[in-house]
Amino acid sequence: MRRKKPALVIAFASTAHAMRVEAFCAAAGLPGRLIPVPREITAGCGLAFKTLPEEEAHFRTVFAQEGIEYEGMYTVDLWG
Amino acid sequence: MIYLDNAATTLKKPPEVAAAVVKAMETMGNADRGSHGGALAAARPVYACREALKELFHAPGADHVVFTQNATEALNIAISGTLAPGDHVVTTDLEHNSVLRPLYRLEAERGVKLSFAAPDACGHVSPSAIEALIRPDTRAIICTHASNLTGEVIDIEAVGRIAKARDLLFIVDASQTAGALPIDMERMGIGILCFTGHKGLMGPQGTGGLCIGEGVEIRPFKTGGSGIHSFSKTQPEAYPTRLEAGTLNGHGIAGLGAAVDHILKTGVDAIGQREEMLMRRFYEGVSGIEGVTVYGDFSGRRRAAIVALNIRDMDSAEVSDILSEAYGIATRPGAHCAPRMHEALGTREQGAVRFSFSYYNTEADADAAINAVKELAEG
Repeated sequence: MRRKKPALVIAFASTAHAMRVEAFCAAAGLPGRLIPVPREITAGCGLAFKTLPEEEAHFRTVFAQEGIEYEGMYTVDLWG
Repeated sequence: MIYLDNAATTLKKPPEVAAAVVKAMETMGNADRGSHGGALAAARPVYACREALKELFHAPGADHVVFTQNATEALNIAISGTLAPGDHVVTTDLEHNSVLRPLYRLEAERGVKLSFAAPDACGHVSPSAIEALIRPDTRAIICTHASNLTGEVIDIEAVGRIAKARDLLFIVDASQTAGALPIDMERMGIGILCFTGHKGLMGPQGTGGLCIGEGVEIRPFKTGGSGIHSFSKTQPEAYPTRLEAGTLNGHGIAGLGAAVDHILKTGVDAIGQREEMLMRRFYEGVSGIEGVTVYGDFSGRRRAAIVALNIRDMDSAEVSDILSEAYGIATRPGAHCAPRMHEALGTREQGAVRFSFSYYNTEADADAAINAVKELAEG
């Protein structure tokens, strides 16, 4: 049976910022993938980056070092 | 056909451009609309193209590269999105109608005031001629990097220094130079760089854009679908979404990305030097022919790969038509959407025949054009 699990979801002000994170994480070997923004974060649409909750501190550090823009990081229970 | 109308559009593109467009048409969903495989297959090449253009023009970030249909749309966005009622603008007589008409419209609708730096006898506009027109109410300097009629280059690095010293917004139309002459937004102090994808960048028609400097605010020209913040009544603030309402030309942008990658690999200097060599070869061949008048300064200054000329008092349209029909040489006659430059050169009635070269032209193309001009001049 499919169960909800906590995920770290990173939201962005622009899709270009989301695409930068996807490209950066792929190159750096960081886990995660792009998903539609869950309603717990914002109503509407758009892309978010879903990754592991335990990686939050690491992502915050790396993003600050690299000057990567994002709107917020949230831990949300998601299916799958 | 010997194609020498590359200032209008480059006909021959790097082979990977068409391949990228075909692949995009077979694989792309809608960039910025969802996260399924098709949507990401569109969003990734679009983003890669932003990165490539950022590198080419030294823009502050890939998110500050905004796509439009062409340079005209980019210039309309830049000009109408930054000028306020009563602002004064310094521009030049070298400008294309894609700069002039948006400015004339704001002159009529918002009371924007315009001053035009005039060219010297060779068609050249010096930075000091631009500086001399700056007033206390000047808000922006808007100028082309090179005349689309004669190929005269404006020293935008010097103009950028002037703009920075006077705290003015500097908008550059790079339609004739992007891909062939070095452009460094940061070093040149460019606030907004407007470009088209289908000329020197050798990408598909229907692509272009603007690169926005750090801290430059542009009001949206259009609003609409953005793929994010759907319940907001206003366009999202973040670049590039702020200026990109509606579905992008993803297929074209994929091709443009391949073209810019090709340019980065080949090198802007190598491309520019080849184009300049062909242009100067043609100039040397025609400039001494009796009855031929060439416009512009060929004394050694850097120029775009354009040679505009007339043969005696022959109508430029007729000359261009004979070149096409009898010699299979494609050129552009008439006014080239550059009315003030033609006024300055005294060619309003006659127009001029413009020969413009690309990286893919050959020495044989230039020589064939020289011989054709020679025969026509001999009558």
